[in-house]
Amino acid sequence: MELALIQIFNGVQYGLLIFLAASGLTLVFGILGVINLAHGSFYMLGAYLALTLTSLTGDIFLATLLGAPIAVAFGAAIEFLFVRHLYKRDHLQQVLLTFALILIFNETQRILWGSYPHSVPAPSYLSGSISLTGALSYPVYRLALTGICLALAMAMMFVITRTKIGALIRAGESNREMVELLGFDSRWLYRLVFASGTALAAAAGMLAAPVESVYPGVGERVLIISFVVVVIGGIGSIRGAFLGALAIGIADALGKVFLPGFASMMIYALMAAVLAIRPGGLFGRAA
Amino acid sequence: MSALLEATNIHAGYGAIQILWGVDFRVGERETVGLLGRNGMGKTTLLRTLVGLIDAGPGHIRFAGNDVTHASTAARARAGVALVPEGRGIFPNLSVMENLTLAARAGANGLAEWTVERAFDLFPRLAERRRNWGDQLSGGEQQMLSIARALMTNPRLLMLDEATEGLAPLVRDEIWATLRKVAQAGVSIVVVDKNLDDLFGLADRAVVLVKGEVVFDGAAQALRADEASVHRWLGV
Repeated sequence: MELALIQIFNGVQYGLLIFLAASGLTLVFGILGVINLAHGSFYMLGAYLALTLTSLTGDIFLATLLGAPIAVAFGAAIEFLFVRHLYKRDHLQQVLLTFALILIFNETQRILWGSYPHSVPAPSYLSGSISLTGALSYPVYRLALTGICLALAMAMMFVITRTKIGALIRAGESNREMVELLGFDSRWLYRLVFASGTALAAAAGMLAAPVESVYPGVGERVLIISFVVVVIGGIGSIRGAFLGALAIGIADALGKVFLPGFASMMIYALMAAVLAIRPGGLFGRAA
Repeated sequence: MSALLEATNIHAGYGAIQILWGVDFRVGERETVGLLGRNGMGKTTLLRTLVGLIDAGPGHIRFAGNDVTHASTAARARAGVALVPEGRGIFPNLSVMENLTLAARAGANGLAEWTVERAFDLFPRLAERRRNWGDQLSGGEQQMLSIARALMTNPRLLMLDEATEGLAPLVRDEIWATLRKVAQAGVSIVVVDKNLDDLFGLADRAVVLVKGEVVFDGAAQALRADEASVHRWLGV
């Protein structure tokens, strides 16, 4: 029972991290219509930014604050240089170009940081564990990570559902032409969405660095799981991505302990079950 | 009447398919123009060209004295051109209130004369449904919202493509009555619609397109009186 509780904690924390990565992917897919295979590379960018900036500042949170604007600028530059040319092209061309970006990013990572795995220390003031029950304790950094991810998720949902820029993003998802007809330059809206998605994925990579090692291709598994989350939640739905990521996180964590032989298939079984009931995902529109 | 919008020599279409062949089209200040033609004659293509969604080819478009031929759709909207498109373009995942407030901006004169309150005065039904999502509205309510939303941009020129298509007679009457109020408020209007009696009742001038060319450009009442031409060009 205590093991299950620990795994649920781990699953929620992992799910919230995946939500940060997947929310950017679902916005880019849902609003820009671009299948971005390089999204996992932005997670990797965050992990390596955390490595470098933590070594410079000595604090992962300070590193994350410094890394976020770098990730925004990086995302805006990638959108301007490459992605904006894909909006009117078919998905095959999008996949080809963003796959090429993965190869370029991976090679650049090897040149800049090498091929060895690295670890990023959690801040000393969050080291150790907190006792939950008599025999049950949980790492403080993981709890803090859960709280930060939850706060970011709430802030994002507030922006999307309660602000004018959020309404504009939702409008862009349903009808780009109409957004233009109302006087909004969709080029800037798309750049903003892409840069924000990049920053969210990078933030997940940065915050996760102390609980995972930083290694080449660290974003590739995140990319696959993020796509699963997007499909489960419904393309373009932040609310769907939130619930989908939590479900995936908990299913993955519990599966590893209670169904170890089946663990690697858990998330895909969950996706298949959701699609069988709701082909458009939890909050998506059925095709 | 001084020209608010002046388009000359418009050649436009979709890829290799050319629809418009040298169209000249003008709208005066505070003028209401009925744009007429059978299906497929180029009315929608002309409206989409005027708002910048389709390239004007070798043609030129001036709005309020400025050359907007190469201006983006968004820039033309900010300059005061509004389109209520065929299909209405309601954002289904935004509430009625959000559809309206998202569009709100001051007009070219710097004044926000059309507000949410004024839109609700114009269409009280929308006030009742302000919290409903866009896709929870009936066709008539969606058209009201689409017109109200266009007005929230405080345009100098309001263009409507198939203004009352598919709407119940009572709703159609409400839309025409509203357009008369909008015209009285000083907004120039271009209307595409199949209800000729209502259209002739509203429009100062009529322009008829046949196979992508202008075959008539004159007083709406003159066209209305010419039954033979109306029958030949419009099939009614």
